Amino acid sequence: MNYLVEVKNLKKNYSSKEAVKDVSFNIKENEILGLLGPNGSGKTTTIGMLLGLLKPSGGEIKIDNMIFEKDRIEILNKINFISPYIELPKKLTVKQNLTVYGKLYDIKNLKERIDYLTEKLRLKELLNRITGELSSGQKNRASLAKALINNPKVLFLDEPTASLDPEIGDFVRSFLENYKKENKISILLASHNMSEVNRLCKSVLMMKNGAIIDKGSPQFLIEKHGRKNLEEVFLKLSRSENEFN
Amino acid sequence: MNLIRIYGLFLRHFYLITRSFPRILDLIYWPTIQITLWGFISNFFATYSTYYNNAVGIILTCAILYDFLFRTSIGFNMLFLEEIWSRNFTNLFISPMRISEIITSLVGTALIRALIGLVPAILLTSPLFGISILNLGISLFFLFLSLYIFGITLGILVSAGLLRFGPSFENIAWSTMFLIAPFGCIYYPVDILPNFFQKIAYAMPLVYVFEEARRILVDQTLNIENLYKAFLLNTVYLIVAISLFYYSFNQARKKGTLINIGE
Repeated sequence: MNYLVEVKNLKKNYSSKEAVKDVSFNIKENEILGLLGPNGSGKTTTIGMLLGLLKPSGGEIKIDNMIFEKDRIEILNKINFISPYIELPKKLTVKQNLTVYGKLYDIKNLKERIDYLTEKLRLKELLNRITGELSSGQKNRASLAKALINNPKVLFLDEPTASLDPEIGDFVRSFLENYKKENKISILLASHNMSEVNRLCKSVLMMKNGAIIDKGSPQFLIEKHGRKNLEEVFLKLSRSENEFN
Repeated sequence: MNLIRIYGLFLRHFYLITRSFPRILDLIYWPTIQITLWGFISNFFATYSTYYNNAVGIILTCAILYDFLFRTSIGFNMLFLEEIWSRNFTNLFISPMRISEIITSLVGTALIRALIGLVPAILLTSPLFGISILNLGISLFFLFLSLYIFGITLGILVSAGLLRFGPSFENIAWSTMFLIAPFGCIYYPVDILPNFFQKIAYAMPLVYVFEEARRILVDQTLNIENLYKAFLLNTVYLIVAISLFYYSFNQARKKGTLINIGE
């Protein structure tokens, strides 16, 4: 099986605290993998290591058959990230922001790429607007355009639809589904929105206290734990003391 | 007036200050630096009131040189801080930019920022005070180059601190130049400093630059050895600063500072 993302025995320790314990998983091409877990379960730390913002204390990350700590820059060319907790520079227009990031990723046909993304993400009319003056939904779409500017092979999404109204949230989810199909990219989706995970992800990892405590398709997990939906599975696993497979 | 609420707000800042060493340091050294700097200036003018025939010209020339250094260093830090303030830091560090590319880009941008401030200042001194910094001749280029390298070096050092310690290091970014000003001998000769301070001053390139600027303006002579010493020290400090920046980046990746630097 050809995996785009391979994570083996990943660990992160801060002084005496183990933030991530022996986490292993793979993401196939054209797959969206859900990463669920309560706050403080190690999701952000795991994503931080996958983005190169954090140095693992142990284990290995391979993306597109390259080892992260050896080929960091080459890998960063092939991945991207979106989170409501990071923003694009507010004083720049949407077009200026996309141009800046296009340059940072050294995109060859930048104008065409910006045209394509702004068309798909309904940003054409907003290109010359100041990013800081956009609504939450508009900013989210601009950030998504930035996250796709380098045509990434792997996309990391941290709460991509948090604080969006249902219509915009649905638009973003549909966009991601279609974009993934058309471009065969792999996506790691960390979310607290269970219906979003249910809709987008074929497979889900459940994290708690820095470790993966369960995994499988949403339907498999619902049946395994005898619950009605994924949210109930999440609550059961979050509240249980120590439940492993 | 609700005293509890007033106390609550006081506590918010008290906790912030007591949890941050850079903030405590900031509170202490500002008054110390101001008193030290102006004390030496006053002492010099009281002792050597006839030293300069053209005191205004020399002070203004040195002020422009110092301002260039200040703007270069602060300019570099500002560019780095802008990314933190705009919560864009993560976007920058997950892009495929090498550290060397980030430093080079900021170095170039800082120069442009400094020149934007410098050119009007140079143009204004002539009609307003009848003084031209261009009187320093060809040496002016080397003095500016030396100050630019040292300004960038300080900028890189402070940015390394921001990388490692996060925004609490911001106050240091603003005040570095004032911290080193007394030892830079910008407005007075190095001889005015006590012996121990002179040793510190000679360990920095600034003293050679400003001593040389005054020598050219007062005696119309050039001691090339001072420029060599300044460049030698600049090279050493620049290498140390860049190494420290790389070290801080690696430490930030280990400690997790890059993840929550905007907070």
